[in-house]
Amino acid sequence: MTDLPTGIEPQAAPTASLLARLRRAGGTAFGAVLGALLRLVDRPMRLLQQLVGERRMAYVFLLPNLVFFSLFVFVPLAIDLVFSFTGGESLFPSQRPYVGTDQYAYLFDCGSFFDPASCRVDHFWRGVANTLRFTIFQLVSMVTFSLVTALVLNMPIRGRGFFRAVYFFPVLLSPVVVALVWKWILQRDGLLNAGLTMIGGQKILFFVDPGWAMFWSVFVSVWAHMGFYTLILLAGLQAIPADLYEAAQMDATPRWRVLWRITLPLLWPNLIVVIVLALIRGVQTFDEVFVLTGGGPGTATLMIVQYIYETAFASQVQNFGLAAAASIVLGVVLFLLTLAQLSRTRSAS
Amino acid sequence: MRTITRRAMSAFVLAACFLAGSSGGRGAEAQTVLRMTWYSDGNEGEVMADLLRRFEDKNRDIHVVLDQVPFKAINENLPVQLASGQGPDIARVSDMGGLARHMLDLRPYLKNADYWEANYGPFLQWMRVPGDTSSIPGFMTQLTVTGPFVNKTLFEQAGVAMPGPKSSWEDWAKAAKEVADKVQAPFPIAFDRSGHRFFGLAISEGAAVFDGKGQPAVVDDGFKRAAKLIYDWHNSGVMSKELWGSVAGATYRGANEEFKNAQVVMYESGSWQISQFDKTIGTAFDWVAVPTPCGPANCSGMPGGAALVGIKSTKHPEQVARVLDYLASEDVIAEFYARSLFVPGHLGLARKGLDYKDASPVANAALKVFSDSVNQLAPAANQLQGYPASRVILNAVISRLGQAVAGEVTLDEAYKRISGDVEQQLAERNKK
Repeated sequence: MTDLPTGIEPQAAPTASLLARLRRAGGTAFGAVLGALLRLVDRPMRLLQQLVGERRMAYVFLLPNLVFFSLFVFVPLAIDLVFSFTGGESLFPSQRPYVGTDQYAYLFDCGSFFDPASCRVDHFWRGVANTLRFTIFQLVSMVTFSLVTALVLNMPIRGRGFFRAVYFFPVLLSPVVVALVWKWILQRDGLLNAGLTMIGGQKILFFVDPGWAMFWSVFVSVWAHMGFYTLILLAGLQAIPADLYEAAQMDATPRWRVLWRITLPLLWPNLIVVIVLALIRGVQTFDEVFVLTGGGPGTATLMIVQYIYETAFASQVQNFGLAAAASIVLGVVLFLLTLAQLSRTRSAS
Repeated sequence: MRTITRRAMSAFVLAACFLAGSSGGRGAEAQTVLRMTWYSDGNEGEVMADLLRRFEDKNRDIHVVLDQVPFKAINENLPVQLASGQGPDIARVSDMGGLARHMLDLRPYLKNADYWEANYGPFLQWMRVPGDTSSIPGFMTQLTVTGPFVNKTLFEQAGVAMPGPKSSWEDWAKAAKEVADKVQAPFPIAFDRSGHRFFGLAISEGAAVFDGKGQPAVVDDGFKRAAKLIYDWHNSGVMSKELWGSVAGATYRGANEEFKNAQVVMYESGSWQISQFDKTIGTAFDWVAVPTPCGPANCSGMPGGAALVGIKSTKHPEQVARVLDYLASEDVIAEFYARSLFVPGHLGLARKGLDYKDASPVANAALKVFSDSVNQLAPAANQLQGYPASRVILNAVISRLGQAVAGEVTLDEAYKRISGDVEQQLAERNKK
């Protein structure tokens, strides 16, 4: 047998030790079967390594994931791009007429981008404006409430484990379930209005007033996802070395200064992650708001993704071309946001 | 060891024999499996399942799998399935014109095509692509007519007299508001959030919908009169913004739950609600269906319905035709209409009259009102229903009037947008 490159020799020892441990722990039978299976894989992998070289082995391991990723991400993306340059209502690209950049031109045909009513596809631009508004409100609320919650849950309070679970619990629920539960609470004869009338107040039709509809859309989104972002920040807080706080305590540094000078700067990488994830989530918002408000009243909570969905599927003339163009525009925005995240993360590190 | 192996083999053989026997002998002959996509407004899914069981007992070489889906899936998912060639063999559809190009012509496979022509003839045109005058794609599982339901108990409690037949929409609006104010009902009048429902009112107000060449000319004086009525009713409290103003786009929103909870004085919906009202309201309050109120032009509602059609991409056209032939036969379809409490879409049965044995007297009276209102339908209403791209018009109207009701745009802006939306979508459809 040909000698293996020196680089892989040290890996033999952990494998042997793993096998030895397995044999000891699980008796003999299970360990022996697993050992035989590992040996079975071992030889072809060594051969493969000889063929492609040690450096290229990383790509071999990445290949299966890359195949699935290409199949379910790159191929649909390419089809989406092709659709955005075609018209008509046929489903198959080969049957769709090429229309060049007509769909984009139609989408961007606006008197003023700050006035959706001046645009030919006003619903798209209303969706853009609403998504922007929603994203800003949601981002500020999400980061603020997650940070405050993480700071509180990081303190030695009673029932800390219970509260951590409570705040994380909504994350486990399906967005549709969350929206339906809140819809039942907020509707005309819902729990909140029942409470209001019980204390002598008037019923409020939350889904008829644009301001209330947007407020509750943001509120429900923050309620449902705050636990996830709190968890990220909590992990960051726990990674801050305790001796920094001890030193600050010895210097009698005020608590706000500790927060401003120690906690926040050291939490910054985690905050960046939270900001970018919340930002991307805000731009992509669909399911919760769609079930909660249906995009109304009027188009007050119509988001870009709902516009894309309805243009492609809810109309009798299923305008896949225009929907694809709108989704490419959305994709470009998300791509730019991701680039911004990468550059901020690099500069922060 | 050998004994164990023998026992295992014997058990396997016995199990195989048992499984073969329990399939009711169907495994003995080649069986064709057909898929039927179906949605329900009331109990018609149960009735159809029952009829299919009977069909299968008589035709053991065919098994029909009934896939029951929500109405939204019929409008949004089924067209994509059909366009991709992956659709079912049979489907119940309401957008007949829009899906006509995917429908199978059953004529070559039917036992007696003349029976179909004679009894389903006028409705077949709704299922055909423009220019086609001969295909038989399916039959009507129900003929629907829009019209109002009234909570009679609320009128009695308020001491207000119900407007009589041939009363105008304005008379009803005034009476319903008076009742609602007296009994504190939140919805004096509720219209389903649907372009189809709006056009009943619009055509009564004189909307022609099409020009002399049969091309859409949606916004005219009659249309504007109806839109102004709806707009004003929302501003004066005759209609609540919760239905028309609370969602975006062409999203459907009904008020059937509110009507069943006695929150609505007058509910403009249609004949398909009778079955569920009969079952769920029971004796909680008295409700009646009343003839469609009148406008200056006529007292028309909107026709509509659902058809059970064969799908062109099926690999078993003969079997599909056998199933549909059975279901469309007079006795079977009569039972289906009677048990589902549907207005018949079968001319012979409509002439003879149906015996709705399971219906209460209230439901029977409502069915009579809707059956009679078929004769009041204006030509424009039938033309709109038969227009292949009718949903383009209906969706544009509800989407833009919804924005006007919510206060986002003026009525004049809504009119311009309606015309623009219809024009753009038809242009997109014509791109080949």
